[in-house]
Formats: sequence, C-alpha cells, structure tokens
Amino acid sequence: MKKYASIIYISLIFAVLYIPIATVILFSFNSENNTAEFMGFSLRWYIELFRSEDAWIALRNTIILAVSSSLLATVIGTAAAEGIYRMRSKLVKTAITSVTNIPMMNPDIVTGMSMMLFFAAIMGIFAIRDYNSIGFLAMLISHTTFCLPYVILSVLPRINELGNSLSEAALDLGCTPIQAFFKVKLPNILPGVISGMVMAFTLSLDDFVISYFVGPTNFQTLPLLIYSMTKKTVKPDMYALSTIIIISVFILLFISNMRSFKKNPEPRKIKKKVGGAR
Amino acid sequence: MAKLIELVGISKSYDGEKVIDSMNLYIRDKEFITLLGPSGCGKTTTLRIIGGFETADEGKLYFDGVEISDVPAHKRQVNTVFQKYALFPHLNVYENIAFPLRLKKVKENEIRERVTEMLKMVALVGFENKSVSTLSGGQQQRVAIARALISHPRVLLLDEPLGALDLKLRKDMQVELKNIQQAIGITFVYVTHDQEEALSMSDTVVVMADGEIQQIGTPTDIYNEPKNAFVADFIGESNIVDGVMLADKKVRFASHTFDCVDGGYAKNEAVDVVVRPEDIDVVSPEAGMLTGLVTSVTFKGVHYEIIVDIKGFKWMIQSTDYVAPEATIGIYIEPDAIHIMKKSKYSGMFGDYSSFSDEIDQLSDADTAEEF
Amino acid sequence: MKNKKSLLHSISAAPHIFWAVLFIVVPLIIVIFYAFTVQNPDGSYTFSFSNIASLPDYISIFGLSLELSVIATAVCLVVGYPLAYIMARSKPKTQKILVMLLMLPMWTNLLIRTYSLMAILDNNGILNQLLGTSFQIVGTKGAVIFGMVYDFLPYMVLPIYTCLSKIDKYMWEAAADLGCDTPKTLVKVILPLSRSGIISGVTMVLVPSIRTFSISQKLGGGTFELIGDTIERQFVTGALNVGAAISLVMMVLILISLTIMNKFGDSEDGGIIV
Repeated sequence: MKKYASIIYISLIFAVLYIPIATVILFSFNSENNTAEFMGFSLRWYIELFRSEDAWIALRNTIILAVSSSLLATVIGTAAAEGIYRMRSKLVKTAITSVTNIPMMNPDIVTGMSMMLFFAAIMGIFAIRDYNSIGFLAMLISHTTFCLPYVILSVLPRINELGNSLSEAALDLGCTPIQAFFKVKLPNILPGVISGMVMAFTLSLDDFVISYFVGPTNFQTLPLLIYSMTKKTVKPDMYALSTIIIISVFILLFISNMRSFKKNPEPRKIKKKVGGAR
Repeated sequence: MAKLIELVGISKSYDGEKVIDSMNLYIRDKEFITLLGPSGCGKTTTLRIIGGFETADEGKLYFDGVEISDVPAHKRQVNTVFQKYALFPHLNVYENIAFPLRLKKVKENEIRERVTEMLKMVALVGFENKSVSTLSGGQQQRVAIARALISHPRVLLLDEPLGALDLKLRKDMQVELKNIQQAIGITFVYVTHDQEEALSMSDTVVVMADGEIQQIGTPTDIYNEPKNAFVADFIGESNIVDGVMLADKKVRFASHTFDCVDGGYAKNEAVDVVVRPEDIDVVSPEAGMLTGLVTSVTFKGVHYEIIVDIKGFKWMIQSTDYVAPEATIGIYIEPDAIHIMKKSKYSGMFGDYSSFSDEIDQLSDADTAEEF
Repeated sequence: MKNKKSLLHSISAAPHIFWAVLFIVVPLIIVIFYAFTVQNPDGSYTFSFSNIASLPDYISIFGLSLELSVIATAVCLVVGYPLAYIMARSKPKTQKILVMLLMLPMWTNLLIRTYSLMAILDNNGILNQLLGTSFQIVGTKGAVIFGMVYDFLPYMVLPIYTCLSKIDKYMWEAAADLGCDTPKTLVKVILPLSRSGIISGVTMVLVPSIRTFSISQKLGGGTFELIGDTIERQFVTGALNVGAAISLVMMVLILISLTIMNKFGDSEDGGIIV
C-alpha cells in the first residue's frame, strides 16, 4: 500500500516536470500555426527552421562559442587547479578560490551587468566605436569567466585526491616537472578535466542571461534567438528549435552519465551553480 | 670504500619546527645503510633531501664529491622506492618499468631487453600486461623496485618500502632486497622505524631521534654498544639504571658494586648503565648479586619474560627457566653484560619496566605512519 | 629561497589569477563605481549617494520578490522532501534512473522550460482548451510561484537526496531497534541528519527565485515586477547607475545569506550530482 503511494507520488511529480517539455516536443510537430491545439503531424516547422538562415548562424555561433570558451576555461582552469594545489599559503589559496567562485555564487544577472559595464569601459578606454568589433571577444571572455569555477571545482578534487606521490615518482625517474605533469598527472586526472570541460560546454551552450547583457547584435546564439522569437507571438518554430536543443542536451547528458555509470559506481559530485536562470 | 653521498650541516624546518638539526652524515659506495628512528625523527625528510624532493634550509649535499644541493630531483643519479609505491595507475606493469627508458628515448628492443631482465630479477615474468591496480602489495613493491632500478642509478632510496606488507611477506622481502642489493652492487639508503628490519639488513645503521643522529654504526655495534639511553631503549629491550663509576671497570648501581669492562670515565661520574634482559641470569636469592620480587611472568615461546621489582626499579629478564610470580629471586650479571653510557638528555626517560605492557609495545609497532 | 620556489611551483595558476582579477574583480569594481556615481550630461561621472538613496523606492519590489520566493521555496521543500526520501530508500538502480530523470529538466534551458509551462497554463493554452474553460492563470501570483517551483524543484530534491542516501542503513535499523516507529524515526533521526541537505536545498531554490527575471515576466503576464525584472528594465532603459546600485545590494544580500547558509550546512552535502 505504502509502496503504491510512493510510486503514485513520484509519477505525479515527474509527470508535472515532463508534461510541459513533452508538450513542446509534441507541438513542434503541429501542422498548423497553433500552440494550443494539435491539428496533425508535420515536419513543416523543422523544415522552416532548417531553411532559416538565422537559426543556422545562431547554431554555428553557439557551437563556436561553447567550444572555444570551454576549451579556454579547461586549459586555464586545469593549470590553475594545479597551481592552487601547489600553493603553500592557506590564505592565498582561500583568497583565490573565493574570487574564482564569485561568478558561481553571484546572481548571473549581476555578473552579466558587471561584464557589460566592463566592456563599455574598455570601449571608452581604447576608443572603440563599434561594440560589434569586440563583441565575440566579449562573449568569449564572459563565457570563459563563468565556466572557470566549474572546471576548477571539477579538477581540484582529483588533484587533491591524487596527491603528490605520483609526480614525485615521475621526477625521481627523470621527468622534468613539465613532463611529469603531462605524462603522469594529466592522464590520472583526465576524468575530472573532461567532466569539467563537458560542464563548461553545456553551461556555455545553455547560457542566456549573461549573453543577453554582453551579446553584440552581430553574434546571436540559440538561447538569444529563442528569446527574440518569444518576443513576437510564440510560433511552433520556436518549439522545434527548443526540441532540437532539449534532445541534444539529453543525449549529451546521457552519454556523460553512462560514462560515470560504468567507471564509477558513485557519480562524481560537483556543485552546479546555485540555481541559475540560464 | 669511497664516500658517495655526504651531508654537511643539513638543517630543515617546517613551519618553524626543526625537523633536522645540523646533520652530518656520509654514505659510502655500495653499502646498505639504514636510517632508523621513530615517527617524526627526521629520517624520511633526510631521504627526501637526498632524493631532491625537499631543499635543506641550511647545509650542503655532495654526490661523488660534487655539490648537488640545488640540483632538481630529475637530474640526480638517485632513484626512490616510495612508501606507497607510487606506481602509475594509467600504465601497465611493463610500461611502468619502461617509463624511465622511454623518457630517455631508448630504442624499443633495448627497452624490451632491459625490462625483461628487471622482471626476471623481481620474479614478475608473465605480469607484463597486467594493470598495476590488480597486483598484490608485494607484487606492486617489486614493480616499484624494478622501475627504480632500470636506469641503473648509483643509489636507491627506499622509504619504508615494506611498511604496508604483512609480517611473513615482509621477512621474505627483507631477504630479497638484501640479495638484490648485493647482486647489483649499488648503494641502498633504507628508511624504517622497525629496528629488527634495520639490524638484519644493513651494513650501517643510523639511529635518529628528534632530528639528530644518535649513533652510527654496524648493527652489532649499535646493539652491543648503544651510545645513550635512547638508542639502548629503541634497539631491543634494555634495563637502564642510574649508576656511578667508582673507578675504571667498577660501577655501582642498585646499591651494589659490579665489575664491568668499561673505563675512561671520571671518578664518581654519574652514568647510565644498560643491561640487556637476556644477559641476566636468574639464581637463588642467596647467590644473587641483587634480589627482587617477581611481579609478572609472560611466556614468549623461546623464553619467559620476567619482570622483577628490585628496590622499586622494575627489571626485565628473559630466561628459559620458569619462575613463579611472587617468588623472590636473585640475579647475577656477568661483567661483560654491563654496558656503561654517558649521561644524555634521554637519561631517565627509558629503561624502567614499571609501566610496561605488551599492548603498548604492539601499538607503537603498528604506528607505521611517518609524517613526511 | 623557499618562497621563490613555492612561487615557481604555483606559476601555473598565474593566467587564472590574471584572468580572475581582470574579468571578475575589475567588473565588480566598475559596478560599485556606477552604483556610487551619476552621469553628467557631458558624459563625466560625479560621486553621489543618490542611486543608493533611491533604493527605498524599490523596497516593495524587494518585498514582493522575497514573498514569492519564500513561498516557492516552502512549496519546494514540502513537495521535494518526500520525493528525496522515497528516492533515497529505493533500489540503487532505480535511484540512478530517478536522479538522471530529475537532472534532465535542470539542464534544459530555463527559457524553454518557462515557455513550455506557458503553453499549458496560458489563458487560451492547453489546460483551458482541454477543460473547455477560460481560467485566468497567467498573471496571478500563483502562476509565478508555480513557475518557480517547477523550475527549481530539482535543486531542492537533489541535495536532500544526496544527504539522505548517505545515511547508513544501519541508522534506520538502530533507530527502529531502539523503539522508534517510522514517523518517529523520521522526525527524531532522519530529519536532523538531513539538515545540511535541507539548508543547501533551500539556498539553491531561494537564491535563484529571488533573482529570476524571465519567469515573472512571462507567467506574471507583465503584472508583476520582481527585482530581477527591475535590473533588466534599468539595463534596457539605460539607467545603468540605478541598475548597478540595485545589483550591488542584491549581490551583497545574496552573498551574505550564502555565507550564513554555508556556516550552517557543511559544504560537502551541498553538491549536486552531475
């Protein structure tokens, strides 16, 4: 009896969580321009989307941005994690990790605002007239900045766990410190590095708020496109786009979880952003 | 044999606490030398300074006559077997052993040859493709040794390498390590807190305490002629009592004057007197130089361990003959069983068995953890 | 000598430190600068407290934001705790699947999730179509709260679940052995043990609820303005100095509350499985 009650309770909550998403997916196949009544199955919104140049450009931009910012964040973040691990002074360590975590704790609307003001100031200092000329750079810097704490947070525990003994053994056997890092340490912290990178990639892909503040007019990403689509009356073409994004994120998550299921009985815990309107 | 490594006035502190205090030590070529001491005595730090993982705050380190104080670890002709082996989990047994050769870009067939030779030496032929994480502790140990030896270092540093193994395996590995050392004829610097291990393997034992060297000598010297109360207590069992040198070869302790074989002390100089428990004979009270009351008797297999209260001081005696608890017995000590030591800062801290219990002894044995 | 070596060792952190100072610290300083200045017609800035002084005008907005967020957080806790409890007590395999199911919506873009909710709740949306009614749902406080609960529920459930699943199963048995029947076990043993999970769950729902700006705009139907919306409006209308001042206050409030929350719960349990 109690068991059934639990099952019903769980089903109810997951139904509430998933029905809206299912609805979006369903109505993306609607044959008519109607988001309330399902008239018949068709792929016309997908075809329309595929023909839309805006969508393709936004997709391209989103991927370029996500790849470059997650790579940059991974390189800087992994190096930083190694550096932080080697720091002797506790005070310096705490200071650096606290500053690093600011973009994670801070409301992203504030991060977005501060970034926007920062680039406005940069334009003033360097007498740059056209924001679009530094627009991509601004987006790259902003995205890398909010991805960095997640990379560090995912790599640092691995480095701490690994300890110093392997690196010392490598040095002892004739590695230079740099060889010791690449030949011995990196292969052993790789799972952390990769999960940090995947997380950074997903966060960048998903970000709306910060892009909304920083984004130039000539560099639109998918979340920005969705937002602009909803400014007008919502049409199923936006649903089609959302469906594609939802499915991609699901697949990405599924793959990365499968890996952790196989490798680790216990999935690694990483603090996701404290909430977050992205 | 020539001096291969020399430490001159080495000091090291962590957070203002001195771990090694102006230490001088030389290590000869091809010898098996052991740094022996309790946790926190500075032995591992000494080893890490030789290996290049720590830099001394003061003092100089010479290798084959050349100063290497500032030479980084990877440029030293010294390799290490680490406490927890530090095998590379992402490489299999073969690649772990081949690692140093790959760094030097040695040709593939030479690598194969040398790795095979090493595997033979440590009896791990057939394990080439195994993942190191599937090996037992003893096997991991052998891989670590093979990996450290493959680039033909002149010195092998071993940091409590047998600490994680069980007793039986430890004994076997002691013999094996000694054989390897003799076969390849290089210097081994071995760190341990286990006195039995140190005595059975080493050519030279360096006893350390509180960041200072207490005594350097052969295992026999260290056991028979301990320099102070710390060494006497740390190596084997010892009764250590206060005595006074009346003249050369005459010492008075426990209100009795004994003949001994030591001399060279000032008249009436206060000294520490060491008598090993196995050197005391149990005799009848009338025939005894001293008499006392047996407070406990423990059967130890080879012998009985008898605690005797002699005028308030508890002596330990190891005897093959049984005596009953509560009995009054006499004890007899041969002159050459009495060892005289100068007073030191350790005087009065050790050598009384009044609070002795097996449990405490075992606890301190199990405490294999070293700070660094 | 020693310091030099330590510095050399941590040199790999240098790019990051440079990055963090330039792109985290400096922008925040600029926000502070904006918050305490006004822009003159000639483009120069003058130091002023007027932005801060204008903040009391926004107290009602702060109040409304807080009210809706607190209600949403409470609903999340009441609905989420039993879910986390059931999850933690189910079979390991089921647990993994449920955790993944809970995480999937979390990783779906918030805009998309909010719009999908709109599609159902809209005045001529699916719900009203199905029921053949015309309830006004969008534009009510209830809708905004529901939106927050819908969007942030997983953030409540996961930390509590993580915390509960760590509780040794012998703990339940020990409690039962000592005479606690199930409801008593729950109140006397399990609830205190999951405290740190509850605290991080509350933080993780409350904080984003307070600062949200799209949920209220859409589900509030434009009737409500929450603090996030206000900042966005200042940004759109170009009143950057006031926007910066509000941002600053919000940031300080949130950082203070996070610090307090962190003091209560141990950070280990705040983690979310990714």
